[in-house]
Order: sequence, then structure tokens, then C-alpha cells
Amino acid sequence: MTTSDMTLVEAMRLAALQEMRRDRRVWVMGEDVARGGLWGQYKGFLDEFGPERVVSTPISEATIMGAGLGAALVGTRPIIEMRIFDFVMCAMDELVNQIAKIRYMFGGQAKPSVVVRMPHGMWRNSAAQHSQMLEAWFAHLPGVVVVAPSNPADAAGLLVEAIRSDDPVLYFDPKNLFQLTGPVSEPIAPIPLGRARHARSGNALTLVSWSAIMPAVEEACDSLSKAGIEVDLIDLRSIWPWDENAVVASVQRTGRLLVVHEAVTTSGFGAEIVASLVERLGPGGMKAVARLGAPRIPIPFAPPLEAEVKVTPAKIVAAAQALLAR
Amino acid sequence: MVVAAPDNGSSRGEDNARHVKALFRTMCRIRAFEETALDAHKAGEIPGPLHVSIGQEGVAAGVCLNLRIDDRITSNHRGHGHALSKGAGVAGMMRELYGREGGHCRGKGGSMHIADFSVGMLGANGVVSGGIPIAVGAAQGLKMQRSTSIAVCFFGDGAINRGPFLEGLNWAALYKLPVLFICEDNGVAAFTRADSVTAGPGVAARAESLGVPAVTVDGNDVLAVDVAARTLSDAVRNGDGPRLLHARTYRWTGHTSTDAAAWRPPEEVAAAKAGDPIARLEARLIADGMDASELASIRAAASAEMAAAREDAKAAPWPQAHVAYEDVQDLGAFTMGGRA
Repeated sequence: MTTSDMTLVEAMRLAALQEMRRDRRVWVMGEDVARGGLWGQYKGFLDEFGPERVVSTPISEATIMGAGLGAALVGTRPIIEMRIFDFVMCAMDELVNQIAKIRYMFGGQAKPSVVVRMPHGMWRNSAAQHSQMLEAWFAHLPGVVVVAPSNPADAAGLLVEAIRSDDPVLYFDPKNLFQLTGPVSEPIAPIPLGRARHARSGNALTLVSWSAIMPAVEEACDSLSKAGIEVDLIDLRSIWPWDENAVVASVQRTGRLLVVHEAVTTSGFGAEIVASLVERLGPGGMKAVARLGAPRIPIPFAPPLEAEVKVTPAKIVAAAQALLAR
Repeated sequence: MVVAAPDNGSSRGEDNARHVKALFRTMCRIRAFEETALDAHKAGEIPGPLHVSIGQEGVAAGVCLNLRIDDRITSNHRGHGHALSKGAGVAGMMRELYGREGGHCRGKGGSMHIADFSVGMLGANGVVSGGIPIAVGAAQGLKMQRSTSIAVCFFGDGAINRGPFLEGLNWAALYKLPVLFICEDNGVAAFTRADSVTAGPGVAARAESLGVPAVTVDGNDVLAVDVAARTLSDAVRNGDGPRLLHARTYRWTGHTSTDAAAWRPPEEVAAAKAGDPIARLEARLIADGMDASELASIRAAASAEMAAAREDAKAAPWPQAHVAYEDVQDLGAFTMGGRA
């Protein structure tokens, strides 16, 4: 085993590469994947695996998604690349009515073993149709697993496990963190889906977060630590199933819960976490609870307007302090 | 665009006689299955919506009897005939319509989601054109596996106005995939005449504009469908790329079992019934010297088979409540009474 520092996008590239070498049934399809993908996440794949397993497709999202399903039904294991998350709206029937339903409505005759990769979140002022985080929608959808990593090692290990999983896995690549560097060990070991990462230990409050916002959260935790406030930080990694027991155990210890996500706060996945904790611990089971996310507005283009939407380390610190004051 | 001429089959001798008899038997079984299901639905025995294809049997039988068991089909909401012709078990189908234990989908799909993967039937579909990308992808997977199986995709005239039709045909032509598209054109998209909502010369021209050769046939002449389907499926299996069969037919009933389709002129429906594809084949076979009583006994056997399936389904138990929680997903599934 060797460990080296690499970018998140390179870690994901190596993960897919490893799995395509390991299992001939795995292949990748989507716009421009033969050219290495929009983000270089499939760089070199065409040369190694050829055009039959690295299929650049027309801009036909519905058929990218639906053909991936059809190919899975005859025993292949496609990685379905959506290019940018927001484009999945053009393939919603194929994802929601077909992929998520087919195993159930056919009484278990088939498992749609696909990975749908959807780079999501804000990135370089891409405005309203290229910046969304709607992972909560899919947590609401029976039939799928939802994954949202935040660092190179997790991105690689979760992708390996997603490719090996028989369930359809919606894998949200954190596109704003593609150049984030961190240590990754090879061969890449699968990370179990549904298991959170305990990112740091503390007793002052429990902070739950995931995906592209994690570096801002870590920065906020550093600032709070300097002020003597130690945060118990949980990187959820999987949105469905989510590691409820890890969060409950932490909150039982700290008594305070702050959920931070980049997505709109209203009906975001933070709402599910808070509601579940109230159900588990009772209405008086926590001293204070808060959510921090985006206001319920589309993502604007102009940098100062986008900054309004963005969750920053300063906003996180303020939210944590307010929570502690209660 | 090619219009296929009907084939009298005289060149194929004994095998052909058996094949034509199988076409007749299959059409009779579809008719009997759906008449039985309609009756059971009216009697309150079958819940939910029921879309029958009475009058369209020639298309399903003519196509599927040219397929192998390892060929895959996708179907639409009017898919009983496709499933039966592909070899799906009748008891499992009828029990599924009834929502009972032993249904092909364990009572979780119903009429609109009949599937029998054991015979290559990859599922009916409740969304118009929903089966098109799935069939195209199945064909892509089969090609990747160097399989000699092909994918066949049934859809109606309404589907050609949805995006997946354009996307799917373009895709299939682009990658030269082994897929045969079957447009069952009954002239009506739900409650609307298809020609009133479809611009241009129609499905065959649309297919050809994408480089997918298309053949138009009288879908109520099962022998014409048979010949065209054999020719086209041979080409597809041969690696020539996708083909499209446009079969003109007529839906005798309304959109669903509860729709009388009273907006249609009675003489139009009467004319369609006068051209009943089953009666047409029967008359032809008798003219060719086949024993009328043998054909009558095929009809009677089909009716008896479906009546028995009805009794079986009626007597079958409902699924246990825990079944509702199964077959969702491996990871993160709920069990009865809480999360797994």
C-alpha cells in the first residue's frame, strides 16, 4: 500500500480506474467522457479501455440515464456521468420513475446497479442553473443511496464502494473541492456507505455537515478552538442512509446540535437530521439546536450576491456562538 | 419507407404451418386474457387502471414470435400482449393484475408494470416512451457482451412526440445498436387523435431522418407483421443497426377499462371490429384448407386457460404486509415498524 497526496478529482479518477480494471462489467458513459470528462475525472480512460467502455454520448440526459439503466438490466455496471448536477433535471423520469422504482415495482426481479455521478454545488460564479445542491430531494426518494464526500480519501473510497454496490448510488461530486489536496492510499479501499466520519472531537457542540462546505466548517472549527470552543464534528458523507447513531451519540454528549449545509435551509437535509434527533432524544433532549444553510433564493451570479447565499466560516462561527449562548 | 407485402407463407411448408398456428394461438390467448381481465375489472376483482390492447394482438404476436427467449423487450402501459407473446407465465400475469401473491412482481406492479425477466420481458412502463432509453441501453449492454440477443422496444404513436423517442433513435443509430423499435400506431394518444397532435409525415419518416430504416405494415394483418418483423429482426441481429417497424392498428376499447371512448363514431369502431385481426387470420387459414374445428378448439382452449387463471388469481392470497417493505434497496431500506 502506498499513500500520497493528490487532488480530489485525481483521487476519484484513480478510484474509477481501479474499479474498471478490477471488473470488466464496469463502464462509463456521458458527455465528453472519452475526452477525459469535463473535470478530467476520466483522463486516460479511453486509451486504456477503448470506446466501448468509455462512451462519449450525445447531450441526451434522459437517454444517458435511461440507457444506463437498460445496460444494467442486462448485467453491465455503468457509471452514468451527468456532467453537472443541474442537468439531471432533464433525466428525472429515468432517475425517479425508472431507476428508483424498477427493482420494487418488478418485485425484485432486477437490481439497477448504476452509479450516477453528479458534480454539484457552487463553483466559480456559475449562477442559478450550474450551482445547486438538491441532495435532500433524493434522500426523500425510496430506492436510491445518496453519497456526498468532502475530501480526496473519502471521495475515492466512497466511489469504489458505490461502484461495487448493487443499489443505485447517486454520487455527488463536490465540484468546488476538485482541486483540494489530501492523502489517499492505494489500492483504494472501499468505505462503507452510510457511515459518517468523525472529523474532530470536542464537547462544546455537535456540528454535522457534508460535501463542499466542509473546508469552511473546518476553518470555523479552528477559529472556535482558538477561542476555547471544541467542536465535535461529524462529516456525514452519506445522506441516505445517514449515520443517525453517530449523530445521536455525539449530541447525547454535547447537548447542542448545529447542522451546516450549502443547500437551502428550508426542507434541506438538516431538517431531517434535526427532526430525527428530536424524535430520538425527546423535545427536552437538547439544550440548543440550529441549522445554517442558504436562504431560499436561487443562486445569483454576481460575486457579492453569491456571497449572500454562501455559508462562510464567519457565518458558521457566529451560528455556533449563538447556539452556545442559548 | 417500405411497405411490406403480406406473405402467404407457402414457401416455408410444415414449419410455417406450425408458426402460423402459433400466431393464431398467441392472438387468441392475448384476446382471451384481456377479455377475462376486463370482465374481472368490471366485477371489481382487479383494482387500479387497466389498459387493454384488444384489436392490436397482431402486432405483439407477429413481432414476439420472431424473437428468441434471450432477446429482451421493453413495453408500455398497454403491454399484456407483449408479455404473453414473449412467453410470460399466465398465472403470474393474472395474479399480478389481481395484486396477489405469486404475481410476477409480487403484487407490487400490477397491470402497468408487468415484467418477467426469466423470458426477457424487461417490463411494461407507466410513462409514455419510458421503455425507449431502457431498450436502447439493454441493446448497448448486449452489444458490449458480444451477445447475439437483440432488444425490442414497443411504444405507441403518442410516444413519438416525447424527447426520449428522438434521443433513443439517434443514440441507437449512432452506436449501431441491436434494437428493433416497434411503433404500435393505434391512432389515438390517450383520448386524442394522434394525427391532431403530430406534425409531419409521422413515425417512419422521423426514423428515416435519423438513419433508422423503417417499414410500415398493416398491423391488423399478423402475417404482414410476421414477415416484416422477421426481416427486420434478422437485420438487427446481423449487426446492421437499429430498425423501426410501424404497425398501423386500432384500439377497440377506450384508453382504460373505465373509458368508453364514446367520442369515436360507432361506425369507425364497427369497421375496426369487422377487420378483427384474429378473424382475418382464421378466415385465411380456413381458405387455405385448415380445419375450422381445430381453430375453434384453439380459441376455446385459450378461453379456458384464462378462465382458469382468473379462478386461480381470485383464490390466491393477498401479499403479506412485510412484502411492501421488500425489494426497495439493499442499503438504507426500511423494515416494518421502523428503519432497518
